[in-house]
Amino acid sequence: MSWEIVIGLEIHVQLATKSKLFSGAKVGFGAEANTQTTLVDLGMPGALPVFNEEALRMAVTFGTAINAEVCKHSVFARKNYFYPDSPKGYQTSQMDHPIVGLGHLDIQLEDGSTKRVGVTRAHLEEDAGKSLHEDYDGMTGIDLNRSSTPLLEIVSEPDMSNAKEAVAYMRKMHAIVTTIGISDGNMAEGSMRCDANVSIRPKGQQKLGTRAELKNINSFKFIERAINVEVQRQIDILEDGGKIAQETRLYDADKNETRPMRSKEEANDYRYFPCPDLLPVEIDDAYIDAIRQSLPELPDQRSARFVDQLGLSEYDAGVLSSSRALADYFEAVVAICNDAKLSANWVTGELAKYMNQNNVEIDAAPVSAVHLGQLISRVKDDTINSKGAKTVFDELWQQAGEVDDIIDANGLKQVSDMGAIEAMIDEVIALSPKQVQQYVDAEVEKRSKMLGFFMGQVMKASKGSANPGQVNGLFKKKLDELC
Amino acid sequence: MTNKTLVQISKDLAAGEYSSREITQDIIADIKARDSIYNSFISLSEDLALTQADAADARLTAGTADILTGVPFAHKDLFCTQGQVTTAASKMLANFVPPYESTVGQRLLSAGAVCVGKTNMDEFAMGSSNESSFFGAVKNPWDLNAVPGGSSGGSAAAVAAGLVPAATGTDTGGSIRQPASFCNLTGIKPTYGRVSRFGIIAYASSLDQAGPMCQTAEDAAIMLNAMAGFDELDSTSVQQETPDFTADLNLPLQGLKIGLPKEFFGSGLNPQVAECIMNAVKQIEGLGAQIIDISLPNLELSIPAYYVIAPSEASSNLSRFDGVRYGYRCDQPEDLMDLYCRTRAEGFGTEVKRRIMVGTYALSEGYYDAYYLKAQRIRRLIKDDFTRALSQVDVIMGPVAPTPAFDLGSNSKDPVAMYLEDIYTLSANMAGIPAMSTPAGFVNGRPVGLQIMGNYFAEAKLLNIAHQYQQVTDWHLQIPTSKGMPVSNEEKGA
Repeated sequence: MSWEIVIGLEIHVQLATKSKLFSGAKVGFGAEANTQTTLVDLGMPGALPVFNEEALRMAVTFGTAINAEVCKHSVFARKNYFYPDSPKGYQTSQMDHPIVGLGHLDIQLEDGSTKRVGVTRAHLEEDAGKSLHEDYDGMTGIDLNRSSTPLLEIVSEPDMSNAKEAVAYMRKMHAIVTTIGISDGNMAEGSMRCDANVSIRPKGQQKLGTRAELKNINSFKFIERAINVEVQRQIDILEDGGKIAQETRLYDADKNETRPMRSKEEANDYRYFPCPDLLPVEIDDAYIDAIRQSLPELPDQRSARFVDQLGLSEYDAGVLSSSRALADYFEAVVAICNDAKLSANWVTGELAKYMNQNNVEIDAAPVSAVHLGQLISRVKDDTINSKGAKTVFDELWQQAGEVDDIIDANGLKQVSDMGAIEAMIDEVIALSPKQVQQYVDAEVEKRSKMLGFFMGQVMKASKGSANPGQVNGLFKKKLDELC
Repeated sequence: MTNKTLVQISKDLAAGEYSSREITQDIIADIKARDSIYNSFISLSEDLALTQADAADARLTAGTADILTGVPFAHKDLFCTQGQVTTAASKMLANFVPPYESTVGQRLLSAGAVCVGKTNMDEFAMGSSNESSFFGAVKNPWDLNAVPGGSSGGSAAAVAAGLVPAATGTDTGGSIRQPASFCNLTGIKPTYGRVSRFGIIAYASSLDQAGPMCQTAEDAAIMLNAMAGFDELDSTSVQQETPDFTADLNLPLQGLKIGLPKEFFGSGLNPQVAECIMNAVKQIEGLGAQIIDISLPNLELSIPAYYVIAPSEASSNLSRFDGVRYGYRCDQPEDLMDLYCRTRAEGFGTEVKRRIMVGTYALSEGYYDAYYLKAQRIRRLIKDDFTRALSQVDVIMGPVAPTPAFDLGSNSKDPVAMYLEDIYTLSANMAGIPAMSTPAGFVNGRPVGLQIMGNYFAEAKLLNIAHQYQQVTDWHLQIPTSKGMPVSNEEKGA
């Protein structure tokens, strides 16, 4: 049977506010347990929440960036449940009246076409704390530093039909939230994570299949793998005549499988109701318009500019505008070397390769945009050749120093002195009478292929530093004179 | 010091009749000697109080004293007090010492007032008789067989017994006004949002409001001056200028329009209480006011609506008492579920558990629309009733409760009968308007309070009316004898 896959994503974006959603405590990663808390985050008796308006501004910025409906009236609601890392016994979220309503996002598919994915809503909510199960001798530790950290939960329509589309959607969201500066987008630290609702149905069937919810996926790679392995699991069950259970599952990256979460499923009733400690959030058109006016250049706009003004291919432009940090880096490189095409090649080529191999993001890349720009400039002005450039790049990655110092220290400067090159060529010709004779005897059209041997000898003699273009031209001239 | 008003003590302190330390010591000694009769205090904060008193004496000497500087008072044990156990009259918090002070408490401390201790109350402010306290019932100083009212029953009994000149209370459905009525005090529930709720343990957040309980309207106005004001820590506190609530006390009542809602004088009202109320209203009419018959047609719906909304909010507000971070924790929990279940089963009393269950039910999927949403719609109707009525009249008057203080134990087995006691007080909380109780007579030796309700932010008007009424009557000056009978009940000037 042929199956159709239906995927919807709920993306949690941690907003880059200085303080928490409902308290003045600092938001931060990695601090000592329970040091970034106030009475509010600890759920002390009589403590009351105060809404952080910076989070509102960020949520509205997001709504305007994806051209969604921004709701002038939104309401915080309490989601009631007991868990030790939920200090108040409820999570403050938004239910019936979210801050952002219907919108959509266009994603680029691999075949170059564009697909529109619906955004159902985006709402503000507070994060929970963390339960720490290790190091407490059979007991559980509670760290409430993360408690009340602001999140924007972005809920999509079930519009994606394979894992690659889900990844493209997540990447596009990542590009937008980092471009508009509402999140650092750091997935390793959990600043952006998603739940994927996955179901399958026979091709052509209208009714949706039973879905499984894959919780807390925190990398692009895992989204693709988790969805694919879950889809296969569901196909196997249905083709064996089984039934899919509606449940929450976790993706285990080590085993590359999904498995049910502890079953705290038992028909959770969260008893949502409007939070009586917080007033409804009322905003007006002027507020929304002012934010819309101040939006930075968005990824799609930036990509179009890269094509129109910098002459990049659609593909390169799409890759380079996929995150604000990457696009900023690329533009900084261009600003130094003034060559968009070469810059694009280096950023999507050598730099991307090193980043992948070393598993670092652009922000943490040890080669600065300035250094890469200087390196490309040295290629352009023929100071080094491309082989030498790769050596320099590798040294820069090791943080060996400045570009010109590395070139000097490694003797990579191309020999462009015609006299020196000519002397080396004359020597090779003198030492290779047999090959010279073969060249002279060969048919004219086959001679250019035979230049390779002579080129190689000179490059070897110059330890790769001779300018290959010059060497090639001069050889041809000298050998042809002998014919 | 017995039964001296706050104003009198303030004058005495200013005149150097005694120091704050002396009166604080006397009051604490008096409480220790006599409170075993009433059980109005849960804890005394002797050391903290004396430190505060010494600081007040320094201010008095330096000439930087405020009117409240050095004046002792007591906090309902729902107000978090830094370094002083704060229990909400519950086993759940019997060991809880807050590391912070409520905003109201901080404001009173800044004014130089001296907190001598924490008063008894219904557990988590849930009750109308002060019988649901983990620390035992409170007795009414006017009649030791009677309840003092609730939930601020300890505050009421302590002031009525002359143990302290003033106390704080909270009022979610009548918890300041009804005990004030039962104990012959002046108590005011301000407009919702007038007084910060920060640091007051929440019962029903959209209804809770703190206010003072005193012997006179003037004392209440002075206390409210210190307690009220915008607080950025409470999002529901109102950014509204706080007037001097004593400024209008002496305005004449000429031309005042008083609305008498017929629903306040129906068959459920004790006839003798009705007589007291009508006498009071007539006396105020005699001061130049005009009486207008009005209707609040949705009044009787306030009981079912309140007993959905308040428990719903409470069921969520009380979720934080889970044995994880502070307060009571059951012995040797087997696992997380056992920790939750036994901690809450053992830590909460019957009435609190009843309301948590009612609220949990009302918010449940499938019932939410029929209960919570419907109750909210009724709440809007009640609010509209008041808006309409208060466009015709300046204030609304009526009884605080259908009866004088009832006997201890008489309603405690029947929660619904207890809930019906709140019929005249709930609606002000539902609408968010200010309302107060002022002494208006006695029935069989038990006090009766007149309720005065006004428009949003009209506290000064209410206090003005109560003060003017107190100028021509002496109900508020009556003090209970040791036998529990009023000393005299003759009227001044009538």
